[in-house]
Amino acid sequence: MDKDIDDVAVDYEMSEDEKTILRELGVFGESRRKFLGKVGTGGASLLALQLLAEQEALAAETGEPLTSAFGPRFENALKVTLKVNGEKKSLEVDSRMTLLDALRERLALTGTKKGCDRGQCGSCTVIVEGERVLSCLALAATCEGKDVTTIEGLAEGDSLHPLQAAFIKYDAFQCGYCTPGQICSSVALLDEAKNGELSHVSDEIPEKAAPVDLSDDEIRERMSGNLCRCGAYPNILKAIQEVEGGREVAQTWSFYNSAKEGSDETV
Amino acid sequence: MKPFKYEKAKDLGTAASTLDSIPSASLLAGGTNIVDLMKEDVARPDILVDINGLEFSKIKKKGNTVSIGALATNKDTANHPLVRKHFPVLTQSILAGASAQIRNMATNGGNLNQRTRCMYFNDPSVTCNKRDPGSGCSAMEGLNRMHSIFGWSNRCVAVFPSDMAVGLAALDAVVNVANKDGESRAIPINDYHRLPGRDPSRDNTLKRGEIVTTIDIPINSWAKNSYYLKVRDRASYDFALVSVAAALDLGGGVIRGSRIAMGGVAPKPWRALIAEKELIGKKPSKELFERAAKMEMERARPLEHNEFKVKMGERAIVRALQKSGNA
Ligand SMILES: Cc1cc2nc3c(=O)[nH]c(=O)nc-3n(C[C@H](O)[C@H](O)[C@H](O)COP(=O)(O)OP(=O)(O)OC[C@H]3O[C@@H](n4cnc5c(N)ncnc54)[C@H](O)[C@@H]3O)c2cc1C
Ligand code: SF4
Ligand code: FES
Ligand code: FES
Repeated sequence: MDKDIDDVAVDYEMSEDEKTILRELGVFGESRRKFLGKVGTGGASLLALQLLAEQEALAAETGEPLTSAFGPRFENALKVTLKVNGEKKSLEVDSRMTLLDALRERLALTGTKKGCDRGQCGSCTVIVEGERVLSCLALAATCEGKDVTTIEGLAEGDSLHPLQAAFIKYDAFQCGYCTPGQICSSVALLDEAKNGELSHVSDEIPEKAAPVDLSDDEIRERMSGNLCRCGAYPNILKAIQEVEGGREVAQTWSFYNSAKEGSDETV
Repeated sequence: MKPFKYEKAKDLGTAASTLDSIPSASLLAGGTNIVDLMKEDVARPDILVDINGLEFSKIKKKGNTVSIGALATNKDTANHPLVRKHFPVLTQSILAGASAQIRNMATNGGNLNQRTRCMYFNDPSVTCNKRDPGSGCSAMEGLNRMHSIFGWSNRCVAVFPSDMAVGLAALDAVVNVANKDGESRAIPINDYHRLPGRDPSRDNTLKRGEIVTTIDIPINSWAKNSYYLKVRDRASYDFALVSVAAALDLGGGVIRGSRIAMGGVAPKPWRALIAEKELIGKKPSKELFERAAKMEMERARPLEHNEFKVKMGERAIVRALQKSGNA
C-alpha cells in the first residue's frame, strides 16, 4: 500500500510546503519504509528526512538523471554547466540551490565561505565572468555557461597569487574565515581600478574612464562589502596597497625563533 | 525556501505573459533582493522568470535623452561614459548604495523594484501590512528609527530604500514599461512609486504583467551643478538615514531651476518641491539654502524614534545645495 505524506509519522506538524517537498522527493510509500529502516528507531524529524533525501540528490554529480532511493528525480531539477577554475563542471541542481552551496556541497570547493547567507558580509565573494559577486545571492541556475573563479583557482600551481602572498606577509587575517572572500574581492578590485571604475569616494567623475589611483580611502570604500569580525582591516589594507602600487609597507610580524630564545633575533 | 520552477525567459513577451497569467510568478534580474526575500520566506514565488539575457541591457543616446536599459547593471550604469558626462548625480547615487559585489549583480530594473528594508517586513514572524495586508503594522508602535517622516499612512511607515531612484527623481527620469502584447507606457519617475495610503502592499504603479524595459533621462544643463549626499550609520555599505540629490541650473548669477530629491525619509523618492520653488530666481547663498530647507522640513511628520531626521534632512539639503553650487 502506498502511503501519502500525510500518513508519515514525524514528530511535528508539517506545513503544506514541507509536505510538498517530501512528496516531490518521493519520501513516502515503499521508499519511506526503506528510509525509516535506514534511520533506525525513533521518530525521524523532518529535517533528517530532508537532509538524507537531499544528500542522495546532491551526491549525483554529472548529467545523469537524478534518481534516489526515495523515488523519482525531484521536480525542480535543472542541469547547469559551469567552468569552475578552468574546469568544466556539469551538475544537476535544485532550482533553489545557490552558487555558494553548489561550490561547497557539490563541487567540494569549501574555500568559499558562508557567513551570513544574506548578502551582508561578503565572505562568499567569488569572481564570475571577471566580476566579483556574492555567491550566496546567485542562484546556481543563473550561472549556466559562466566562468567562475574561487579562492582555489587563484594560485598557479605552487605559486600563490600576489594577493594571497601579500595577505600572508601582512598577517591580514586572524581566524581566516573572511579571507577567501577578502582575497577574491581584492583581486577584482585591482582590475576595477585599472579599468577606471569609480567609487563613492572618488573625488572627480571624469567623463572618460582612466585608471584610478587607490588611496587608502579608496581601498577602504571598495572593500566595504567584505566584513571581518576579527578586525584585520589595517593589515588587509596594507596587503592590497603593496600589490596595487608596489607600495611596500613594513611587514607587521615575523616568526620568532624559539631555538634562539632569549635573543631578539627573528627568522 | 519554498520550491519554485526556474524559467529562463526567451523574450519579453513570454516573460510578461507568464507574469500576467500566473499571479505567483516573479521576475529574477540580479537576484540580490528577490533571492534574499525568498530565503526569508517573505517572497514565495511558484515560478521565477529569469529575464537576464533579454535585450534591454544597453545604455544609449536617443536625441536629447539617454536611455538606460532595465537589465544594465548598477555598476555598468554608474560607470557609463554617457552617464558620467550628463548625469554625475546618478553615478554618485548608485555608487553610494550597497557594495561593489552587489552593484555588479544588481540591475536598474531590480533596483527600482526592490522592497523596503523595514525589519518587520523582512521577518515573517511578525505582523506587517505590506507583506500580509490587514495584519497590522509592527513598526508603528515598534522601532521606527529608520522609517518615514513624509508620506506615510497609519497602515505603513516604511521607506523606499533605493539610492539610485533618488538620483533618478532629481533628473526627472521616465520609466518605460511593457506588457505581453508589446504595449508600452511611459511613467514619470515621480509617479512610479506610490505612497502606502490604504494599500501598502503595492510599492509602485506597475500593473500586473508589466516589465520595466528602459529608463529615459532627459539631458539637462545641470550636470556640473549637482550632488548626491548620503548620511548613514556607517561610512559605507549601509542604507540611508537621509539622502539628498540636488541639482541647480545656474545662469546670470541666479538659480534658474532646481531639483531636490530625498531618500530615507518617505515611502518613495521625496521631491522637496517647496524648497525647490523657494530657490527660483534668487542668488545662491547659504542663508537662502537654509531658509528653503527649513520650509521643506517643517512639513515633516516624524514618528516616535526618528525626530532626528528632521534636522538631519534640513542640514543635508543645505549641504547638498552648497556642494551643487560649488558654494
Ligand atoms: C546587503 C545589501 C545592502 C544594500 N544596500 C543598498 C543601499 O545602500 N542602497 C540601495 O539603493 N540599495 C541597496 N541594496 C539593494 C540593492 O540595490 C538591490 O537589491 C538591487 O538593486 C536589486 O536589483 P536586482 O537586479 O538584484 O533585483 P532582483 O533581486 O532580481 O529583483 C528585485 C525585484 O524587482 C523585480 N524586477 C526585477 N527586474 C524587473 C523589471 N525589469 N521589471 C519589473 N520588475 C523587475 C523582481 O521581480 C523583484 O521583485 C542592498 C542590498 C543588499 C543585499
Ligand atoms: S512599516 Fe510597512 S513594511 Fe514595516 S511593518 Fe509597518 S506595514 Fe510592514
Ligand atoms: S555569505 Fe554571502 S554575503 Fe554573507
Ligand atoms: S579574519 Fe576572522 S573574520 Fe576576518
